[in-house]
Amino acid sequence: MKIHEWFKSFHLLEFPEEGESPVRYRLLRRNMLILMLLTTIVPLFFMAVVNYYQYQNALKDEIVNPLRVLVNKTKHSFELFLAQRLSTVSFIASAYPLEELADENALNRIFRVMRQEFGGFIDIGLIDERGIQISYVGPYDLKGKDYTEQSWYHEVVIRGTYVSDVFMGYRKFPHLVLAVQRRTDAGKTWILRATIDTEKFNDLIASMQLDPRSDAFLLNKSGILQTPSRWYGGILDQFPMPLPPFSTEANVVQMRDSHGQDVLVTYTYFVNSPYILAVVKHEGEVLRAWYTLKTEIFFIFVFSVVVIVLVILKLTEVMVRRMQESDEKREAAFRQMEHTHKLSSIGRLAAGVAHEINNPLAIINEKAGLMMDLLEYSKDFPEKQKFTSLTDVILQSINRCRSITHRLLGFARRMEVQIEVLDLNEVLQETFTFLEKEALYRNLDVRLQLAPDLPRIASDRGQLQQVFLNLLNNSYAAVEDGGAVTVTSYEKDLDTVAVSIQDNGCGMSEETIKHIFEPFFTTKKGTGTGLGLPITYGIIKKLGGEIEVQSKEGKGTTMTVYLPKKPKNGVGA
Amino acid sequence: MNEWKVLLVDDEKEFVTTLSERLHLRGVQAQTAFDGQEALRLIEEDPPQVVVLDMMMPGMGGLEVLERIRRWHPDIPVILLTGHSSTKDGMKGMRLGAFDYLVKPLNIGELIEKIRKAMESVQEK
Repeated sequence: MKIHEWFKSFHLLEFPEEGESPVRYRLLRRNMLILMLLTTIVPLFFMAVVNYYQYQNALKDEIVNPLRVLVNKTKHSFELFLAQRLSTVSFIASAYPLEELADENALNRIFRVMRQEFGGFIDIGLIDERGIQISYVGPYDLKGKDYTEQSWYHEVVIRGTYVSDVFMGYRKFPHLVLAVQRRTDAGKTWILRATIDTEKFNDLIASMQLDPRSDAFLLNKSGILQTPSRWYGGILDQFPMPLPPFSTEANVVQMRDSHGQDVLVTYTYFVNSPYILAVVKHEGEVLRAWYTLKTEIFFIFVFSVVVIVLVILKLTEVMVRRMQESDEKREAAFRQMEHTHKLSSIGRLAAGVAHEINNPLAIINEKAGLMMDLLEYSKDFPEKQKFTSLTDVILQSINRCRSITHRLLGFARRMEVQIEVLDLNEVLQETFTFLEKEALYRNLDVRLQLAPDLPRIASDRGQLQQVFLNLLNNSYAAVEDGGAVTVTSYEKDLDTVAVSIQDNGCGMSEETIKHIFEPFFTTKKGTGTGLGLPITYGIIKKLGGEIEVQSKEGKGTTMTVYLPKKPKNGVGA
Repeated sequence: MNEWKVLLVDDEKEFVTTLSERLHLRGVQAQTAFDGQEALRLIEEDPPQVVVLDMMMPGMGGLEVLERIRRWHPDIPVILLTGHSSTKDGMKGMRLGAFDYLVKPLNIGELIEKIRKAMESVQEK
């Protein structure tokens, strides 16, 4: 499946635009989480894997290479040693005539020099073409012994020189045989053979200076130990594992040894002799540094993943919440706009209707008034009382109608902006009538303490009505049923009048007071737009006034509006 | 009250005739005009002491009539009738020099009170 289709099938790139349902934000959160995790953890994972293999290779080389070098070096030492001894024997065979070598006294003298100069030689003997040892110098009595039955004899006859495996032979201690064949001018063949002990082998192995947690030994090609091994048996024991593949260069193989441990075997085959040099180390020992590093890589990876996941979780949470908040704000602003639009439409409609109705109402008023006048000026006649009361009811009803049309017009007027000279008390009373019903139903104790001689001010009636309506609404919302709201108007100084609206409701915390004039801040969850007080604040500022808040949680709130008597320059319409 | 002479101007004939009848009952001499032209003509023929003028009239509107009265007869106070107390037109009328304004439907006592005040203001001058 292509990645694109995969993304599609999981709806990963779909960010639903509309609606406020929790499903939308859940999906959004999920998609963001998955995408962010994918784009961070997948590369991290690949990097960790690549690092893992690179470090593995680098470290293995670093650890294994010195071993290889050591094994090669030691092999050369062995080969050099054997070549030296062999060439000594070969030199003697060439330097002395057969007659002299056949003479045991002469041979004895030569043997002494050999032991003195080279060391390691145990005995030396001359074997004639019949395979009989005709002269011998050494610790055993081997003169006259017949070697024709022995395999090395045939090999030396064929090859000319011979280096044997280590063996016990007649001598009952590990040694090996070197032999060279020579031919006299007369065509007779003879063989000079010498034996050397394996003491020197042990010295060479020891000179490798391996640490005690490793093992080094020599094997022959049939897997017989030629030097003692620390773990796999003594000299001439069978090596308990299969031999590694042939290689004359130092090579490394991993295998499981007879004790069930994973070991790293560094080995090399000798070129001219039948030996294999091997160094065995426990893999755990060798690769300890690597295992440490591997664990570290693993933990760093896990730690990074945990940190990334936590950060992404937090980040996604914050981002989605921000989105949700801004969506909600947009929604609220949109609702407010819609609301305002609706109000202004209703306002225009109401104004039209009110105007149209006002004229016929005026006519009815005059006619009924005239009827009343006529009744008053006429003499008594039957049912005069009744007519008077009927006409009175008509006039009362007209008054009711009048107050309705005026309220409608007042509502419509709030949509316009205009400065006029007005009586603030009148505006307050008018505004109060809008909320009269609510106060009645909720049994609120609403008191208007209006200064009787309050000077008229130049301001915008509609806007002020909105201000007081908002503030009264908030007070009503803050108090319990039966609570008290007091509206007071007074002259603050020569240029300013003030209106304070005091309630004994729930009050606000310091923190809330700080935010109440910020757009979209609301404590009326679900019902508030968070625009009432910001609009109020904006209007008051526009009219050149100030608003002051005093509130104590549980005690109540007092909002005081200060208005200039005359709008300052540049203020208002 | 006999010396009061008032001109009522409104396109609503029923309204204006009934109102004039009611004023007559109270001893006010009230003439009626149903549009601006007629009102101006009547003022030229026989100047009233006070003009009660509706603002919303077809043809020549109340404000235009007011302007002309102010220009040619600045000593005749004009009381405006309006559908509402503070529309832009109402405010404009006050600025143009109307003596006062009243909101329809009228309270007859209030109207007589305003007329009295207007008369007094003329006599003070």
